[in-house]
Amino acid sequence: MLCDQCHERDAVLNLTQIVENAVTQLHLCEKCAAERGIEATVSMPKHPLGEFLQAVQQQALQLPGDAARCAYCGTSLRDFRASGRLGCAHCYGAFEQSLRDLLRRVHGSAQHVGRSYQVPNPALLERDSSLGALRAQLQKAIENEEFETAARLRDEIRTLELTAR
Amino acid sequence: MTLDLSLLPDGGVPWLAASGEHADIVLSSRIRFARNVAGYAFTARARDGERLRVLAQVREAVPRVPSLVGAALLRLDEMTTIERQLLHERHLVSKELAALEGAAEARSGAAVLVSNDAGVMVNEEDHLRLQVFRSGFDIGGAFQAATKLDRELGGEVPYAFHPEFGFLTSCPTNTGTGMRASVLIHLPGLVLTQEIAKVLQGLQQMGLTYRGLYGEGSEVVGNFFQISNQTTMGRSEDELAEHLTRVVRRVIEQEEEARRVLLRDAGYIIEDKLWRAYGTLRHARSLPADEAMNLLSGVRLAVGLQLLSGLSVYTLNKLLIFSQSAHLSLEAGRTLTESEASLARARHVRQVLASEAGLADR
Repeated sequence: MLCDQCHERDAVLNLTQIVENAVTQLHLCEKCAAERGIEATVSMPKHPLGEFLQAVQQQALQLPGDAARCAYCGTSLRDFRASGRLGCAHCYGAFEQSLRDLLRRVHGSAQHVGRSYQVPNPALLERDSSLGALRAQLQKAIENEEFETAARLRDEIRTLELTAR
Repeated sequence: MTLDLSLLPDGGVPWLAASGEHADIVLSSRIRFARNVAGYAFTARARDGERLRVLAQVREAVPRVPSLVGAALLRLDEMTTIERQLLHERHLVSKELAALEGAAEARSGAAVLVSNDAGVMVNEEDHLRLQVFRSGFDIGGAFQAATKLDRELGGEVPYAFHPEFGFLTSCPTNTGTGMRASVLIHLPGLVLTQEIAKVLQGLQQMGLTYRGLYGEGSEVVGNFFQISNQTTMGRSEDELAEHLTRVVRRVIEQEEEARRVLLRDAGYIIEDKLWRAYGTLRHARSLPADEAMNLLSGVRLAVGLQLLSGLSVYTLNKLLIFSQSAHLSLEAGRTLTESEASLARARHVRQVLASEAGLADR
């Protein structure tokens, strides 16, 4: 639905006015609503998760590239926005900049200052990173409709997953 | 499978013992770490097989993790709803892991490891949720034990870790330390003197948050609050634990002050109210869950104010947990309706209080 005032942008707000016992409905876009002094943003939530989701929402307005996907697990920024959950550890790399901003809003800092950690057996992680690379190639092969390559990659991924202990 | 509770050391709830500092006000102190196993998608995105492999990997590591030696492994994906709910009532598993909302069954690979005072939820929102409970006000003790468990397990199972972002979690609100320090605290004095809103507001200004008896999304009943750190990044684990300890110590002082004010300004009214609560618990024939919780809160305050003697905080703690619906249903051997549970609850409470008072009662 288009905005009743500018007839250009999508209406995001439904304004019910009562003037001298007559009820009128106005559908306004965010800009026209703001011109009338109506805030379209959500009120400040008290709950931490509410605050976090609000941050995700605000970020959604700023980021056009929400179709970007994590090559490892296939989660997109859009999925993340809908569920509030990331799909895997590699999402942190795939959405690094957005997450940095988000973490800063949620925690007041995006830098971990607590205990550091080293994986006990790096061989386990090598398998992990090669899996990630294979999944990225698989994604690309599917996009390019190279189905033979995709099938081969899929089998390789399966074998690697199965050898995981 | 039927849940064999005798497998659980101390029923999985040694923190009910009321042995720690300020045990009449602080029921328990808890530290939990959220961790994910490197190499798998996070739980919600993982396929059944991946979740089962996460569980297998953790199981395989247990014998080399001293904090978990002798731990019982409970498979939630093989349990009935009542059994899962019982574990939730004991705070051993979260509502999400027990699948008590929406989904009828727990997800495959959902399990919990329970040893003396340490537990590990497997395939929760994060692959691993390590937790340690302590009786009373003892964040320091819980923190030490949880850190030890975390180091031991992290030495056997590779965690997902990022040098800038720290421990990687499914929800960014847990990223960084992945640590949540909390106390389960009883604040009837502050509620009755109507100071509670101010105190809770103060907590938020200091980076802490509060929830009900069962954590996220649960209602505040019986004046029980769970107070915890709100953020997990930008501060070290020690700082988070120390900060919570400092603030909670101050809340305890405020609660004690409120109780002094109550006794001074409304002594006989309070005394009457609390004895009535005790009388109802001793004699009622039907007790809905919320009412029982509120009455137990009153009796707990009476014991704290030394108006009522001969009743231990340990008994009150046990009543709080063991008089809940799933416990009553499991005892009855079938799922009780709400009204049946109210009858069973009243009977259970009467029996416990009568034996504590050394009286024969029915």
